[in-house]
Amino acid sequence: MLGSELLLKCLEEKQVKLVFGIPGGVVIPLYDVLKKSNIKHILTRHEQGAAHAADGYARSTGKVGVCFATSGPGATNLLTGLATAYMDSSPVVAITGQVAKAFLGKDSFQEADTVGLSQPVTKHNYLVRDANEIPDIVAEAFYIATHGRPGPVLIDIPKDVFTQEVSEIREPKIRKHIITKLEKPVLNEIQLGKALELLKHSKRPLILAGGGVTQAEGSYEFLRQVAMNNEIPVAVTLMGKGVFPADNPLFLGMVGMHGTTEANWAIQNCDCLLAIGIRFDDRVTGKLEEFASKAKKIHVDIDAAEIGKNCAVDVPICADSYDFLKMLSQKLRGIKINKDWLKQIELNKSIQKVSHSHLDPQEVMATINSLVDEKTIVVTDVGQHQMWAALFVHPHYPRGFITSGGLGTMGFGLPAAIGVQMANPEKKVVLITGDGSLQMNIQELALIKQWNLPIKIFLINNGYLGMVRQWQELFFNENYAETSLEAGPDWEKLAQAYGIKGKTLRTPYECKESLNTAISSREPWLMDIKVDPGANVFPMVPAGCSLDQIWGSWKNEAHVSSLG
Amino acid sequence: MKHTLAVLVENHPGVLSRVSGLFSRRGYNISSLVVSETEDSSVSRMTIVVDGDEKIIEQVTKQLNKLIDVIKVSDVTHDETVDRQLLLVKVNADNSAKGEIAQLMDIFRARIIDIGKKSLIVEATGSEEKIDAIIKSLQPFGILEIVKTGTISMVRGAK
Amino acid sequence: MELNGAQILVKALEEQGVDTIFGYPGGAVLEIFDALRESSIRQILVRHEQGGAHAASGYARALGKVGVCVATSGPGATNLVTGIATAYMDSVPLVFITGQVAKAMVGTDAFQEVDITGITSPITKNNYLVQNVQDLPKIIAEAFYIAKSGRPGPVLIDIPRDVSMAKCQYNPYRNVDIRSYKPTLKGHPTMIKKAVKILGEASSPVICIGGGVINSGCSAEVQEVVELTGAKVVSTLMGLGAYPGNSQTFQGMLGTYGNKAANLAVQSCDCFLALGMRFDDRVVGNPEKFAPEAQIIHIDIDPAEIGKNIPVDVPIVGDLKNVLQDIIKLLKKDHKVRKTINFPNRNIQINEGLNAPWVLRNLQRVAPSNTIVTTDVGQHQMWTAQHYIFNQPRTFISSGGLGTMGYGIPAALGAQLAMPESTVVAITGDGSFQMGMPELGTIAELELPIKIVIFNNNTLGMVRQLQHYYCGQRYSFVDFKKTLDFMMLAKAYGAEGLRIEKEADVTDVFKETFANRKFTIVECPINSRDLVNPIVLAGNGLEEMV
Ligand SMILES: Cc1ncc(C[n+]2csc(CCOP(=O)(O)OP(=O)(O)O)c2C)c(N)n1
Ligand SMILES: Cc1ncc(C[n+]2csc(CCOP(=O)(O)OP(=O)(O)O)c2C)c(N)n1
Ligand SMILES: [Mg+2]
Repeated sequence: MLGSELLLKCLEEKQVKLVFGIPGGVVIPLYDVLKKSNIKHILTRHEQGAAHAADGYARSTGKVGVCFATSGPGATNLLTGLATAYMDSSPVVAITGQVAKAFLGKDSFQEADTVGLSQPVTKHNYLVRDANEIPDIVAEAFYIATHGRPGPVLIDIPKDVFTQEVSEIREPKIRKHIITKLEKPVLNEIQLGKALELLKHSKRPLILAGGGVTQAEGSYEFLRQVAMNNEIPVAVTLMGKGVFPADNPLFLGMVGMHGTTEANWAIQNCDCLLAIGIRFDDRVTGKLEEFASKAKKIHVDIDAAEIGKNCAVDVPICADSYDFLKMLSQKLRGIKINKDWLKQIELNKSIQKVSHSHLDPQEVMATINSLVDEKTIVVTDVGQHQMWAALFVHPHYPRGFITSGGLGTMGFGLPAAIGVQMANPEKKVVLITGDGSLQMNIQELALIKQWNLPIKIFLINNGYLGMVRQWQELFFNENYAETSLEAGPDWEKLAQAYGIKGKTLRTPYECKESLNTAISSREPWLMDIKVDPGANVFPMVPAGCSLDQIWGSWKNEAHVSSLG
Repeated sequence: MKHTLAVLVENHPGVLSRVSGLFSRRGYNISSLVVSETEDSSVSRMTIVVDGDEKIIEQVTKQLNKLIDVIKVSDVTHDETVDRQLLLVKVNADNSAKGEIAQLMDIFRARIIDIGKKSLIVEATGSEEKIDAIIKSLQPFGILEIVKTGTISMVRGAK
Repeated sequence: MELNGAQILVKALEEQGVDTIFGYPGGAVLEIFDALRESSIRQILVRHEQGGAHAASGYARALGKVGVCVATSGPGATNLVTGIATAYMDSVPLVFITGQVAKAMVGTDAFQEVDITGITSPITKNNYLVQNVQDLPKIIAEAFYIAKSGRPGPVLIDIPRDVSMAKCQYNPYRNVDIRSYKPTLKGHPTMIKKAVKILGEASSPVICIGGGVINSGCSAEVQEVVELTGAKVVSTLMGLGAYPGNSQTFQGMLGTYGNKAANLAVQSCDCFLALGMRFDDRVVGNPEKFAPEAQIIHIDIDPAEIGKNIPVDVPIVGDLKNVLQDIIKLLKKDHKVRKTINFPNRNIQINEGLNAPWVLRNLQRVAPSNTIVTTDVGQHQMWTAQHYIFNQPRTFISSGGLGTMGYGIPAALGAQLAMPESTVVAITGDGSFQMGMPELGTIAELELPIKIVIFNNNTLGMVRQLQHYYCGQRYSFVDFKKTLDFMMLAKAYGAEGLRIEKEADVTDVFKETFANRKFTIVECPINSRDLVNPIVLAGNGLEEMV
C-alpha cells in the first residue's frame, strides 16, 4: 500500500466523507488515489476557500473539517483559514503536500516551511517523514483537533512519503501524554460548591455563555434549564449565539463592543457573573478593570490557560461546559433573585433608532430574522452587517450562527456557507455578507451552481467598508480614507455570470417580498440589498471604554463629549 | 522574580522552535534556556529560567502544557534543588596577576584550565550567584571573553 | 513638532521616495490610513490583502523600486503571507507594514491578534515588531535598505496600534549601518581571474541569466561578455527579458519546460557561467546529469546560494554588475579574439490553430512593443515563457520560485500603476484567473487599461499534464464544470469582453484589444488535452526531453 492510500484509509476510518481542496504538483500522488476512496472531494477555487469551507463544515457539525492543499502557495493560502479556525477553536485538519524529503530546506520549487509558518496558528502540526507513521499521526491529529479545546491541526506530507510503499500497517497509537493532556478535566466538587454558594446568595445573577457552550454538544439544554428554573438572565458572546432562545424574556442578547444596551448594563450591574466557555476577549469586556466590577465572577472553561488569563475571577472552574451545566441544573434550585433585577434590565433595553430615507439595515435584519426557523443556519462575514446580524438575527440552536469571531476574517462567509450547506443539505443556509467581504473570496461563487447549493446570499450593500467608515466617521473626523467601494461590480450581472439568480433591492417592501421568495425557493439567490451607506452600528462601546459607556443612538453628542 | 521550570519534551526536531516561538509570541522573558537529552533518549529536558510574577509564571506553565510536544512542566523554583551554571572566562593576566587570580579562584573552587602569555582561562561551575560573584571578582583584571551556560537544576532527594 | 507614530511612518516613507502604496484598511491601521491621506503618497485600495501584496510586487518588478503594502492585524496580516512568500522566493524588494494590537494586548489572543512576525520569519529577509515610536524612523530606513540591498527580498514591519498613536519628535534617520548585515559587492580577484581563464579557454561557453541580472541591472555588461566570449545565452524563467530574446545568441529558457535549443546547449557546453540564478530543481532537472561537460562558474550576491544545489568550480560572491565589469576588463586585456559559433535553428515548429503557442505568437505580433506581460501559473505560464519573446528587462513578470496562482492579475495592476504609459497584458488560465478575481474590482475602479488574456481549457491544465505523464492519464479533480461565463463577468466589472471563437478571429480580436485604452478581458478557448512540450521528466537530464 502507498502512503497516499494509507492516508485515505486512515481518513475513512475517521469517518471523513468530504474534503475541500485544490491539487498541485506534490499532491498529485494523493489525488491519484482519491477517486478510489469513498471520500468526496470538493474542488474550491482558492485554497483559502477550502480552509474556510472545512471550517464551516466543522462549526456546523462539530466534526472535523478536512482540507487539502499543495505545497508552497497552496499551503500559504491556507494560513488565514487556519488562523480563523484557531481563534474560534474549530476542529479543522489540513493536509498539505510538501516537496520530497531530499529537496527540503533548499528553497526548491514551491517549497515553503509550512510547519514553521503555521505554528502560531495551529494547535499542533506534523511533518511526516515516514509513511509508516501515518496511522499514528492521523489518529493523533484528529484526537487533538477535537479534544480539550478544539482547534486546527496541520499535517505536512512530502511527495515521496505519498509514494512510499508501506510494508505493514500499524494499529494507530496516540501517545499517552497527549491523551492525558487533552482528557476532559474532572469537575472539581469543591469549586462547584463554591459556585453554587455564590449563585444561591446572589440577588442579581447573570449568565454569560460563549463558544464553549456551543461546542459542548447538548450542554445548551442544561443551560436553558438552569436559567429558566432560576430566572437568571442570559447574555451571550458572538460565539455563543443560539445557545438560548431569543424570544425568551430572560435573553439579553450579545455583550461587548456592539452588545445590546441591556446585556452590557446587566454585566455592569450584576452581583454574580457566571461566565461559561468564554475567554474575556477585549471585544467582549471593554475596559477590563471595570468589567462587571460589582460582581463575583465564576469562570468555567475547558482550557486551563484561559482561566485567569485576561480576567481575575473568584471561582475558577476548569471543566467541560456540559459536565458543569448538567451538575448545575441538578443542584441549583430555588434561588431568590431580586425581582427588580429583571425589571431594571427591561428598562435598559435599547431604543430603536430613527429610520432613514434609505433602506435601514436594522429593518433588513428584522426581515431576515422573521424568516429564520429551526432549520436555518445563518453565516456571516465581517463588518457592520455581522454586528447587525448578531444583534438582530437569532438562530434557534447552537451551531446556527456561524461567524469569524476571534480573527474577524472578511471573506470567511461565502466559503464557510458552502461548507455548511455541504454538511447540512437539509438545512436552510443564509449568508449575510457585505460588499467588501463578498469580494474577498468571490471566486467560490462557482461552487454554488456546480453543486446546486441553495444558499441565500443576502448582500448588505452599503458601498463601503462600512465598519471602517464608521470608525473614521466617529473617531477620525470623517476622514474617509480608502473605504469607498462604490465602483463595485454589478452584482446582478455577477450572479448571472455564475448562473445564479440575482436581484437588486432598494425599498423595505421589495426587501420583504424578495427575501421571502428567496428563502422559500430551493435555488440559490444573490440579493443585492442597497442599504443606507451612512448607517452605523449602535449601540457601541468605543474600544478601551468600560461597558457603561454606551453610545446608544445616532451620534449621541452628549455621550461623545462625556468621553472626552 | 526568576522562576526555574523543568520541562520534559519530546526529543525531536522542531520542539525547541515551538517552545521559543511560544515565548516570543506571548512576550515572556526567557533569562536562560538549556536543552539536553535525558536518561530516556526519546525525551529532552529543558531547564528554562523565566522572569515574571506569579500570574505570568502560571500562564507560562499553562501555555507550555498546551503544547502537544510538552510532556511535563514542573516549577522547581521552590523545591530543594541543586542549580548549576558552567562558566568559561578569559582574563587579562600578566605574570604578577596570575598568582593573584589563582588564589582568588581557589576561594571559589574554580580552576585555571589554560594559561597564555598575557591571559588565562578560568572554568567554574556553581549557582548563578556564585558565577556572578566570580565574574565580578575578575573584572578588575580585565575580562576578554565570557561564555556561560544557563542554569540546570535537579530536585534533591529520591524520585 | 510632535507627530504620532502613523505620521512618522508616513514621513519616513516619503523620505524613502515612496509614491504609491497598496493597502487595505482595518482597525489596527486606521491611524496609518488617516496619516496617509494627508501625504503625497498615492494609496491604492485593493480588494484582498493578497492582491495588495502581489500588486506591490508587480509594481516593484516593473519599476525596480521597493514596493509597499499595508494591511491590518490578524486576517489582514495572514492574507499577506502568500504574497510575502512569493516575493521572498523571487527576491523582490518589498516592505510590508501591518497593524498589530496594542502592546499590552500582544500575547493575549486579543481580537485580530496574530503573531505575524513569528509566522513570516521563514519568508522574510527580516522583520520587526516595533516597540517604541522613537524607533520607527530607524526601523523604516533599515527595512528599505535590507529590502533592496544585497539579494533583495521582503521585509515586514509590525506596528502595534499604540505605537501608531504615540507621539514624539520626528528625526529622519539616514545613515543605515547594520553590523550584522553587510552584503559583499565586489568579487574576489583570484576567483575572477580563474573565471576569466576558464571563459577564455572555453570552446562552447554558455551564459545563463537569472533574476539577479535584472535586479543588478547589468544587461549591458552581459551583452559585452557575450560579445567577448562568443557564448550562447540561456535564461531561467526569472531572467527572461534581461537579454534580448530576438538575438541570434539567445537560445531560450532552460529547464524542465525549457526550449530544446537551450537545454541542448547546456548539456553540451564546456563552460557554464551562471549569473544571478540559483539552480532551482525546475532549472537543473537531475542535478547529477546537469551540464556534464562543463566547468561551472557561479556568480551570485547571496553566498548561501553558491554550492547549495550544484557543486561549482568557481564561486564568486558579489554584485553582478561589479563582477562582470571586472571580468570584462580582464577579458579585454587577455582575450581580444571574438569567437564565432554556429547557432542551431531554435525556431520551434508550431501548428496553426487555436492553441496557446500559436495564439501567443499572434498576440505578440499585435501587441505594442513596450508591452509588459505578467502571467499566472500553469501551462499558460510555460507557453508564454517559451513562445513570447522578451527583449527588455522588467517586461516579463511571473511567479517563479513559489509558482503562485493568482499572481498575474494583481501583478498586472501593480505594473500598470508603475508604468502608466505601457501596455500591460496579464496572461492567465481559467484556474489562476479565479484566484486573482478580487482585483478585477480594483482595476475596474481605477479604469486601468489592463488586458487580461485567459487561456480557457476548463481545467487546471498543468496538473492535468502532470497526471498525464505521472499517473497514467488518470485525471482527478482538475476539470472545471462550466460554472463561469467570463464574458458576463467582464460585463459585471464594466470591462470589455472579447471571446476568440475560431482561429480566424485571433488577429482581429487582438487588434480590437489593443485599439483602445480600456480594461479588457479576452477569453481564448483551448483544448484541455494540449500539453506543454518538450518537457524533461523527473530524474532525467536536460537533454532527455519528450
Ligand atoms: C481580511 C480582513 N481585512 C481587513 C479587515 C478589517 N475590516 C473589518 S470590517 C471591514 C469592512 C467590512 O466591509 P463590508 O464587508 O462591506 O461590510 P460592512 O461593514 O460594510 O457591513 C474591514 C475592512 C478584516 N476584518 N479582515
Ligand atoms: C495557489 C496555488 N495552488 C495550487 C497550485 C498548483 N497548480 C500549479 S499549476 C495549476 C493549474 C493551473 O491552472 P490554470 O490557471 O487554469 O492554468 P493552465 O495550466 O490550465 O494553463 C495548479 C493547480 C499552485 N501553483 N498555486
Ligand atoms: Mg460594506
